[in-house]
Amino acid sequence: MLDGLIIGFQTAMSMQNIMFVIFGCFVGTFIGMLPGLGPITAIALMIPITYGIDPSSGMILMAGVYYGAIFGGSTSSILINAPGVAGTVATSFDGYPMACKGQAGKALAIAAYASFSGGTIAAVFLLVAAPMLSKVSLSFQSPDYFALLLLGLTAVAAFSNKGSFLKSIMMTLFGLMLSTIGTDQASGVERFTFGQIDLLDGISFLLIAMSMFALSEALLSIISNNRDKKLGIASVTTEVGSLKLTRAEIKEMAPTVARSSVLGFFVGVLPGAGATIASFLAYGMERNLASAKEKLKFGKGSLRGLAAPETANNAACSGSFVPLLTLGIPGSGTTAVMLGALMSYGIEPGPRLFVDNPEVFWSVIVSMYIGNVVLLFINLPLIPYIAKALTLPKQLLTVLILFFSLIGVYLVSFNAFDIFMMAGFAVIAIGLRLLNFSMSPLILGFILGGMLEQNLRRSLTLSDGSISFLWDRPITLGILTVTALVLLMPIISTLRQALSSTSQEKEADI
Amino acid sequence: MNIKQLTLASMAIGLLSFVSTSVVANEKIDIKKIHFLIPGGPGGGWDGTARGTGEALMKSGKLENASYQNMSGGGGGKAIAYMIETAEKQKNTLMVSSTPIVVRSLSGVFPQSFRDLKPVAGTIADFGAFVVRKDSKYYDWRDVLADFKQNPRKVKFSGGSSRGSLDHLVAAMAIKAGRAKPRKLVYVAYDGGGKAMAALLSGETAILSTGVGEALTMAKSGDVRILAITSKERLKVLPDTPTLTEMGYNVVFANWRGFFAAPTMSDEKVAAYAKLLGDVQETPEWTEIQERNGWVNMYNPDSEFYAFLEKQEKDLGVLMRELGFLK
Repeated sequence: MLDGLIIGFQTAMSMQNIMFVIFGCFVGTFIGMLPGLGPITAIALMIPITYGIDPSSGMILMAGVYYGAIFGGSTSSILINAPGVAGTVATSFDGYPMACKGQAGKALAIAAYASFSGGTIAAVFLLVAAPMLSKVSLSFQSPDYFALLLLGLTAVAAFSNKGSFLKSIMMTLFGLMLSTIGTDQASGVERFTFGQIDLLDGISFLLIAMSMFALSEALLSIISNNRDKKLGIASVTTEVGSLKLTRAEIKEMAPTVARSSVLGFFVGVLPGAGATIASFLAYGMERNLASAKEKLKFGKGSLRGLAAPETANNAACSGSFVPLLTLGIPGSGTTAVMLGALMSYGIEPGPRLFVDNPEVFWSVIVSMYIGNVVLLFINLPLIPYIAKALTLPKQLLTVLILFFSLIGVYLVSFNAFDIFMMAGFAVIAIGLRLLNFSMSPLILGFILGGMLEQNLRRSLTLSDGSISFLWDRPITLGILTVTALVLLMPIISTLRQALSSTSQEKEADI
Repeated sequence: MNIKQLTLASMAIGLLSFVSTSVVANEKIDIKKIHFLIPGGPGGGWDGTARGTGEALMKSGKLENASYQNMSGGGGGKAIAYMIETAEKQKNTLMVSSTPIVVRSLSGVFPQSFRDLKPVAGTIADFGAFVVRKDSKYYDWRDVLADFKQNPRKVKFSGGSSRGSLDHLVAAMAIKAGRAKPRKLVYVAYDGGGKAMAALLSGETAILSTGVGEALTMAKSGDVRILAITSKERLKVLPDTPTLTEMGYNVVFANWRGFFAAPTMSDEKVAAYAKLLGDVQETPEWTEIQERNGWVNMYNPDSEFYAFLEKQEKDLGVLMRELGFLK
């Protein structure tokens, strides 16, 4: 391993490769920052460039673009509530409220530090244990994924305070319903497509996110010009705020970052999970661990609520290199594109990669450290300028958001139907928002719904229709128990409070 | 401007218009340009085929200009409709496609079929492969069949695409050729070949139906074993893997990729394009790109391609009817 490390450092530290990391991170951050453009677009753009250079450099460049784009994606989530990558949806839950409160600078700084820590800690795990971890990648089966996704869905509880519980559940269900549109994998039957060939492949995450979040947000700001100023972007103070974190704040977030890195990394290692689920799980975990008073802050600008998903999604990105490099199995669309690029170099990822091509294997891992450092250095000084986007006159900002979100969706599908669909969803979202429904549970339901259903259907097929899969495997049973505890905890704590107050009353009587 | 210049000018104009009419007459066999229409998004299999082919054509100097257009939607149906509706404008357009076009037009996903376009040539192919884990009890495809006949629920197949699509159909085809009932086949669908492979390796499923190309790396590293493939003869890359044909099961199935032109393109021009796509396969530039992508050449020019498609449509139609996907 030490030999490998040395080879890796030699390869990754060459002048050329360092330039590639820097270039990749920069381009990735920039593309990721534009609402609607995510890592897949960014990496697809890079592929023609990578043909001409050697495999290690190519992978280093693409890995740089990948982290950069995830990192940049958090910027648009925080500043304009337009998550262009599913992995940064959870970032918007608390990041956007912070920006609305005039703490945009701080939110971006936390995102930068959290991503850096998550990415670096995960890279250490990867370095120490990558070859061994391939077993972990293969330890999860459909029933386990089903349980994991169910646990992820409990994160919706974060939006259910202040009496909007029913509304959150309704929106989650709406999201779950939207995820059933398209061809059903398990049966091959078309569902809710109304004979429209454009709906056959279902609705993409990007389309839902861009229309329900970004478009509706931008359009609401126009309406709210003439209405009360409390809605949408209009309420965002144009103040960027200080970037500095107090010692108390750092102390508060440190355990969060540590926990979320570990969780994020291991979820990322699972080929059927990835950064999105990792970020939701981390968010849910953090909320469940928080004290009752802290809990109320979640969804309204909690520092821990921002740090957790940001750490976890970056850690998961590094984790997803485990199945990619050691097994040749891509866990996400982005890693699938990277796998294609690797194969086109004539390199076959798999158990033999770090024997046959150690320089590729190790230099990618080493370049992750470098990439994370580079990202931090690129982003911290740029934050004040990036956050200035908020100070743009609204006439300009609104138009820019409309432009980028429409372009982003169109560039992926090249299908004009999607644009009309976006307009439709934006109108629905505006209506729902005016009625005080939150869009976050909807997107949560939509993202997790499709995977939840497919894993459930597979589990049922594999167990010949019996529900015994729920307790047959220890992993499934373990995760389901945690899920049950998370769901029951509020009830238990209410009961305990009631009990203790009655016992106090009794004491008082005596 | 005096009269002399005027006459010269008008002569020049006359000459120009003469030249331009002769250009129009020649345009029918002008194949210096190709506009590739890709029915899916960037980064997919169709995209790679079109761009790879274009790259080989350009690098080998057989083409002056290649342009690409992605148009996804409706499992490829959007692009087909576009080719037909704007046929007059698509003078240099070749649309890339593959076997699912046959499956999808059979199942009525889109109303058109390959007959509504002009098949130019099939260029590359991948064959079906049945894959098991290295520690699986199966070493012979015939044992799989025997167990299936005893209890189909004990031998579940998996694949990286939804029920009723290619991975499922190829498995059903092989089962049927083994004189078992394809309707009894239990097929577990995964979201993409990678996840299906992960499930196989994790022990969740016993047999994976996939393409040779997707299983090759894993087979070489010894993590999985390929029990049988659907090509007619053994493949160079897998000299020890038997074909279903040699085991006595009459199944040959190729998942082809190829190109189609608009219905109004003249037969001469289609033939010229077909020849161009064949010629390029002789060049070193093609070989490099082919190896890079793990493609298997299967050149099938226009009329042969048409006959091949008709046969494949018939085979798949019979099978899909039997499986209950068609009435």
